[in-house]
Amino acid sequence: MNFSNLLKIAYEAILRNKTRSLLTMLGVIIGISSVIAMVSLGQSSTQNINEDISSMGTNLITVMRAIQRSGGINMGNSNSQSLSLKDCEAIKNRCKYVDAVSPWVSTSSQLVRGNENWPSTVQGGNTDFLSIKKYKIERGTPFTEKDIKEYTKVCLIGNTVVENLFSDGSDPIGQDIRIGSIPFKVIGILESKGDQMGQDQDDVVIVPYSTIMKRMLATQYIHMIYCSAISEDKCDAAVTEIEQVLRNSHKLKEGDEDDFNVRTQKEMLTMMSSISGFLTILLAAIASISLIVGGIGIMNIMYVTVTERTKEIGLRTAIGARSRDIMYQFLLESSMLSLVGGVIGIIFGLLISYVASMLLNWPYVISTSAVLLSFVVCAATGIFFGWYPAKKAANLDPINALRYE
Amino acid sequence: MSVIIKIENLKRYFQVGTETVRALKGVSYEINTGEFVSIMGTSGSGKSTMLNILGCLDKPTDGEYYIDGIAISKLNRDELAYVRNRKIGFVFQNYNLLSRTTALENVELPLLYNKEISAKERIERAQYALEQVGLKERMGHMPNQLSGGQQQRVAIARAIVNDPVILLADEATGNLDTRTSYEIMSLFQKLHSEGKSIVFVTHEPDIAVFTSRTIMLRDGRITKDVAVETQSAKAALEALPPSEDYN
Repeated sequence: MNFSNLLKIAYEAILRNKTRSLLTMLGVIIGISSVIAMVSLGQSSTQNINEDISSMGTNLITVMRAIQRSGGINMGNSNSQSLSLKDCEAIKNRCKYVDAVSPWVSTSSQLVRGNENWPSTVQGGNTDFLSIKKYKIERGTPFTEKDIKEYTKVCLIGNTVVENLFSDGSDPIGQDIRIGSIPFKVIGILESKGDQMGQDQDDVVIVPYSTIMKRMLATQYIHMIYCSAISEDKCDAAVTEIEQVLRNSHKLKEGDEDDFNVRTQKEMLTMMSSISGFLTILLAAIASISLIVGGIGIMNIMYVTVTERTKEIGLRTAIGARSRDIMYQFLLESSMLSLVGGVIGIIFGLLISYVASMLLNWPYVISTSAVLLSFVVCAATGIFFGWYPAKKAANLDPINALRYE
Repeated sequence: MSVIIKIENLKRYFQVGTETVRALKGVSYEINTGEFVSIMGTSGSGKSTMLNILGCLDKPTDGEYYIDGIAISKLNRDELAYVRNRKIGFVFQNYNLLSRTTALENVELPLLYNKEISAKERIERAQYALEQVGLKERMGHMPNQLSGGQQQRVAIARAIVNDPVILLADEATGNLDTRTSYEIMSLFQKLHSEGKSIVFVTHEPDIAVFTSRTIMLRDGRITKDVAVETQSAKAALEALPPSEDYN
């Protein structure tokens, strides 16, 4: 018997039981669409993170204070006093792969203007800070070396701060806001950067670092150092340089542990990608369980079908179907169910991930590998779970099958 | 006249637990082309076993069965399927039509298992077979839209569509009322007059009178094998009082 006849027999059998065929397919549809949606969304999120990190500057290098231990007790890094302005100077003067350096100090404060107030984080940097962190000024002017030297009370604010403190629509530039209890003059507004990794990059107040150190925190130490390498591929060289310079200036002996950490944006990128990659695999694994359940659904229905259609099988045998014709018919039926279900599932999955990534404002990624894999899995599901019932059908004794009631 | 079926000392034993049931204990007969034979017997006489072997659904324990010159006992399962598909047409007591499938598609069924027949030829032959049984107008009907007699006609069309050398009918009138039974027998007689060889298994003597020869089975042996004076089913139909069942 030829394949087109077999195909005709199988699809007629499927059409004869439309509702049941549809319900059977539903399992596969749900399984496949959830796998596709999960994998696509996982990849969207990875790409979203990558774009975020890239927009922060791929040549960005951060120097953080090391975690302190005191007699085995982890003290965290918040009170560490390992980084100072001297380190900034040293990096600036002695690292040839480092383009710009800025100290960084921060404190959380309540911002107040008239009867409006807003909690925010105040960050202090030098004149290079804006360019290192890729902030741009929308209106107004940045602060100058003179401001830093004189601990001037001036600030640059982001759009979120503007919205919350200047809801009356008045021009913030030139006006005073209070940070804690100290009045600062707004001299510029930053261009919007949107969200990055779930953090509002516009909820920001930038002031000269010296102002925070002297007037607010009264400290000699800084929290972090931001550097930019001269180019992306010189990042690693810059990191090595920075480490040497800092070890020197901190007078660490050989064998001593670093009292600082140097991180590049690239490392962050790799780390975040591996985390979201792991999450993607996890989600896909969970989703694939529903695919297995769908496959078992097909097997279940095919099994019932064989019993229910014993008479039909007997008749087909009597009019000349060979065992293998019967077997192929049932295999083809289950494969068709799972493949059609799979195609519908793929379409649904792509739709779901499209809608979700639109809502989340993520880039829309179609995972070709997931689509191809799902297709293969579908075909395999149909054949694997259809095999046993088909075998059972093919081995029925035609005499008993014909007399079966 | 050539021999279409030759049965030689045919035996069929079944093993049931520790006992051996002898369903057929050495049966021999020949059927020539163009014969209309009824095989009669009570239940337990071995006529179902006989029919299964004639239909190549079962193989004899001993003895030989030739159909159209082919020795059945030497064939494997696939070859038996081939013989069923090309040489035999089955008509069953309960019609065995596929539900939710049109009459035409039901009749096409045997040809789907014959790869030498194109889709076009398949449909033409199915239409012609339905014409022969007088159901030209109902090709698109589903079995549940047809009466019992019409369903059996579809089944007969399905049995003749592959142009078999022998038609095997198993109690083909068993589920039908007298009038419809006579109609079906009249159709069989028409096919017979057109040259078809038919074996009709029944336990009803008043149906057997429409055939031309009766083989009587009892306890696995032939007790009688006689020519019958064939009565016309059409005449019997006309002799029936007007139907009260439906108008």
